[in-house]
Amino acid sequence: MEIEDVLCTFCGCLCDDIRVEVKEGRIEKVRGACRLGSSKIMGHNRIKSPMIRVNGTLKETSYEDAYRKAAEILVSAKHPLLYGWASTTCEALKKGILLAEEIGGVVDTTATVCHGPSIIGIEEKGLVGSTLGQIKNRADLIVFWGCNPSEAHPRHTLRYSSNACGRFTPDGRKGRKVLVIDVRETRTARNADRFLRIQPGTDYEIISALRMIIGGKAESLPENIAGVSRKELIEIAEMMKSAKFGAIFFGLGLTHSRGRYKNVDNALSLVSELNSHTKFVIMAMRGHYNVTGVGQVLAWSSGYPMAVDYARGAPYYNPGETSCCDLLSRRDVDAALIIASDPASNLPRGCVEALAEMPVIQIDPFENPTTLFADVVIPSAIAGIEAEGTAYRMDGLSLRLRKLVDTEHPSDVEILQAILDNVRRLRDDN
Amino acid sequence: MKAVMISGRTLAQGAGCEDKMSPLYINEVSCCYLSEEDYRALGLSDGKNLLLTSPHGSAVLRAGVDRGLPQGMVFIPMGPWANMLIGTDTKGCGMPGFKGVEVEVTPTDEKVLDIRELISRGR
Ligand code: SF4
Repeated sequence: MEIEDVLCTFCGCLCDDIRVEVKEGRIEKVRGACRLGSSKIMGHNRIKSPMIRVNGTLKETSYEDAYRKAAEILVSAKHPLLYGWASTTCEALKKGILLAEEIGGVVDTTATVCHGPSIIGIEEKGLVGSTLGQIKNRADLIVFWGCNPSEAHPRHTLRYSSNACGRFTPDGRKGRKVLVIDVRETRTARNADRFLRIQPGTDYEIISALRMIIGGKAESLPENIAGVSRKELIEIAEMMKSAKFGAIFFGLGLTHSRGRYKNVDNALSLVSELNSHTKFVIMAMRGHYNVTGVGQVLAWSSGYPMAVDYARGAPYYNPGETSCCDLLSRRDVDAALIIASDPASNLPRGCVEALAEMPVIQIDPFENPTTLFADVVIPSAIAGIEAEGTAYRMDGLSLRLRKLVDTEHPSDVEILQAILDNVRRLRDDN
Repeated sequence: MKAVMISGRTLAQGAGCEDKMSPLYINEVSCCYLSEEDYRALGLSDGKNLLLTSPHGSAVLRAGVDRGLPQGMVFIPMGPWANMLIGTDTKGCGMPGFKGVEVEVTPTDEKVLDIRELISRGR
C-alpha cells in the first residue's frame, strides 16, 4: 500500500508530499524525501524496551516500572529540567507543561542552542515575515545568510525558495537571483549568482554597513568594512533594493557567532528599512521539524517561547538564567527529563558533564550518546510515523502528522501522561 | 597552527542524526575539516589525526579537506567532538559560542576516542 502526502518529520521544511510504501505493517520504501528525510522515515536501531540503570548498567524493565522510577526522580528533585521537545508533537509539549507546573520544573527547548537568539531578536524588533508559499510564488531575490540549505534543509530550494516555480515565478531558478553570505564557500554558495565571503563574527558590521548604504549614507563608510570592500557592499545593497520581492533566510551563522541575538536584531532592521524601497521579508531556517510549534505552544500557554521556569508557581523567563546551558553550567538544576533530543551531543562539554552528574530520564525512539548516562530510558513511538499529532513548519503553518504504521511503543503523549499520573499519585501519598 | 573553529550541520551529520551510535554519524562528527593549503602546510595525509585545543578543552579528531574553507579556518560538523572545544558562557542570552572559537591545531599520533570513551570521561 502506498500512502501519499506524508509529512517528513525531520527538518523545519516539513515537506508534505512524501510517498511511503507500507507492506505488512512495515515501511518498505520512501519516495520524494531527501537523504535526511528518508533516513529518518526508514528507521534505524530502536530502543527495544524501557531500561533502568542498576549499578552502572542499563537493565530492561517494564513501562510501569520506568514510569514509576521517572516520577520518583522528578518528585524528589528540587529543580528539574525538562529539555528537548523540538522533534515531538505540540500535544506532547502540552503534557510536558502540565508536568513542569506540577513539579516546579523548567521547560526548555533545543531552540535555545539554535534559533533562541533569533526569537530574542524578534521580541526586540518585530519581524517582517511571510509564508514560504508567498516566497515561492513571488520572490525574485533569495538571500541565504549564514545558512546552508543544501546540507541542512535539502529540499528547501526546490520546494520553497531559489529553485521553486511559483505563480509569478514560473521560470524558477532562471527567473531569480540568489545571494549567499557566509564565512565559507558552502554547497549553497557554489550554486549562487553571487557569494559574499565575510570574516567570522563580523555579521553585525556588514549588516550595519548595508543599512547605512540603503539609508543613503554610503559616503560615510570607510573603504573597507570588516574585510569587505565598500564597493562590493554597495553592489549588494543595490541588488537588494532593485529586487521586486526579496527574501532573506538566515541560519545559525547569525545566532551562533559573536553578537548572537544582536545580529538578528540588526538583520530585522535591515529588512524593515528595505521595505521603504521594495518588498522584503526575512525568515529563520528552523532546524528540527517542530521547533517552531513547540515555541508556539509554550508561548500561548506561558507567555514565553522557551526557557520557562515554573519553580516560582508562575511562569518566569530570562534567557541567560533559565536557559538549559546556563542552568547546567551553574548547577542550578538537579534532575533532567530529556525528550526527543540529544544534549550529550549538542551542548558544550561543560554542560554535558553537569548533566551526567544528575539523574537523567530519557524519552526517545532511538539510542544516542545521552543514553550512555541516562538512568531511566523510555522508548517511544516516532511521531508522524507511528503516532499522530500537530507540528508547525518553519513559517508557522501548522500541519497534521498522521500515523502510518502500528507500533508496540507508546507515544510521547501517553508516556508523559503516565509519568504525570505517577507524579500526582506520589505527591498525594506524601 | 592557530585557527578559528566553526561548527555546523552537514548532510552526513544530518542523515546520521536519528542513528547517532552508527559509524556514519560518529565518523562525520569526529572529523575536522581544513582548507587544502592548511592541510598541506600541516603535512597531513589520509589517516592522520589532529589535536585541537581551545581555551575550553581539547579533542583528537580525524583530518579532512573542505575546499570551501579559507586558510586559518577549520570546520567541525556539530556533535560531541566539536562541543569538547566550546565554552559554556552564553553572554546572557542562553546561547554558547558554537562558531568563531580560537583553536590551536597540531598533528598528532593520538587516536580518536570511541564515543563511549569520550562521553564516559565526563562522568
Ligand atoms: S527537506 Fe527536510 S522535511 Fe523535506 S524531506 Fe528533507 S529532511 Fe524532510
